[in-house]
Amino acid sequence: MSAGVDSIPVAAIRRVGAVGVFLGQILARIPASLGKPSLLIAQIYNAGARSLVIVMMSGLFVGMVLGLQGFNLLQRFGSADQVGVAVALGLLKELGPVVTALLFAGRAGTSLTSEIGLMKATDQLTAMQMMAVDPVRYVVAPRFLGGFIALPLLAAMFSIVGLYGGQLIAVAQMGVDSGAYWSNMQNAVALRDVSEGVWKSVAFGLACSLVAVYEGFHAAPTAEGVGLATTRTVVVSSVLVLLIDFLLTAAFFTNS
Amino acid sequence: MVYRIGGRAIFDGLDITARRGRITAFMGPSGTGKTTLLRLITGQVRAERGSVKVFGEEVSTLSRKQLFALRQRMGMLFQNGALLTDIDVYENVAFPLRAHTKLPESLIRQLVLTKLHAVGLRGAARLTPAELSGGMARRVALARAIVMDPDILIYDEPFVGLDPISMGVICRLIQQMNEALGITSIVVSHDVQELAEIADDSFLLSQGKVVAKGTPEELSHSQLEEVRQFMGGLADGPVPFHYPAPDYRTQLLEETA
Repeated sequence: MSAGVDSIPVAAIRRVGAVGVFLGQILARIPASLGKPSLLIAQIYNAGARSLVIVMMSGLFVGMVLGLQGFNLLQRFGSADQVGVAVALGLLKELGPVVTALLFAGRAGTSLTSEIGLMKATDQLTAMQMMAVDPVRYVVAPRFLGGFIALPLLAAMFSIVGLYGGQLIAVAQMGVDSGAYWSNMQNAVALRDVSEGVWKSVAFGLACSLVAVYEGFHAAPTAEGVGLATTRTVVVSSVLVLLIDFLLTAAFFTNS
Repeated sequence: MVYRIGGRAIFDGLDITARRGRITAFMGPSGTGKTTLLRLITGQVRAERGSVKVFGEEVSTLSRKQLFALRQRMGMLFQNGALLTDIDVYENVAFPLRAHTKLPESLIRQLVLTKLHAVGLRGAARLTPAELSGGMARRVALARAIVMDPDILIYDEPFVGLDPISMGVICRLIQQMNEALGITSIVVSHDVQELAEIADDSFLLSQGKVVAKGTPEELSHSQLEEVRQFMGGLADGPVPFHYPAPDYRTQLLEETA
């Protein structure tokens, strides 16, 4: 049966299966692609270092907003000193990983999809196969792994800059004591809270990188096909990030 | 050999042989499946029935590993060159060597420069593919195709979109590669003039079959209508000028009614 006549649920299941098989192919080639560390380092640089400015700027603004909103709310209960805790928990558990993943999908994810899609459209992937070189090993696996490693690091940078953004508002503008801001944060934030954010960013890294390379590798080899694949990367990654976020938050909530 | 896409026969009962050490040309109008034929030879697609043999090995029954081993003995020149755009000319030519061998860097350098020199582009080693003209890109792709010293070189439409000088250069290179390296060459093209100069054997394909074969000289004297239309570049003939359509007069009247 062709994909064209499948009902929507069947097509969705078929697609999930195809993505799963593709992930299996990538994982099987990762040990081999680690043999060429220069390829991996280049991809971590592409996906990570090149997204650093946008991620740090966003982290700063989100931290500042959290500082303002947290101060505004806590002041009503006479707990303005606790604003550091609000900023830290908001960033580490939720906004750091989620906003970073959404930014990653828009910046690095689209770049990965369009790059691989264009390589396909210009016969570069076929040329590799003709040179007896496996494109999944040389093109897809390093890019997938690069994104997977870069996203948690970016999320960490986002949260760190965000904490200083919160301090910039709460301490410098609103007059909260600097010691109270940091020490209350230190007392209230547990390792469990940090690890929740880390696990989320690892899961988002897997999802966003996989979607980006899958869409690029399976794009129709035309200008329109690459454009559509790039759009799908952003849409699918964003929805998937929010869905995974809910599932993981619920799981951590149940186990806490 | 039979090959179908979506039930439509692209090749039906095709029977061709490219002889070792010679330049064999597959000609035919656009859309006759010339590129598909190359995909069959290289194992990118598999024949529905029949047999495709390269070096005596049945391509369609090879495992992925065996197929990759076979492809290491083949070089292919793509229509647009298909150079890797994120690395420079030197690295493009070195790419197969780095992927398949553990040669020291000094030897890789020697090999890459030798092959680039053979196509006249040693001086362009550090240019990126975006800085090359169409003809230069194809010459670099040719250097990359021969860097592993293949036994067979496959050219897919090597003359498309080239100016006369670049065309002449590519023509000469195909001949040189064949003579100097003893490579078996398969050229797919519809440029009759150029093929006539270099091909030892020619096959004219049309509608999934070989309609004529022989040397380019023999084909040019053929009395077959298909051959005369193709070799003479006639607009109408067995390959009709008009795409199948309803009666002209009836259709015009219908639309004004």
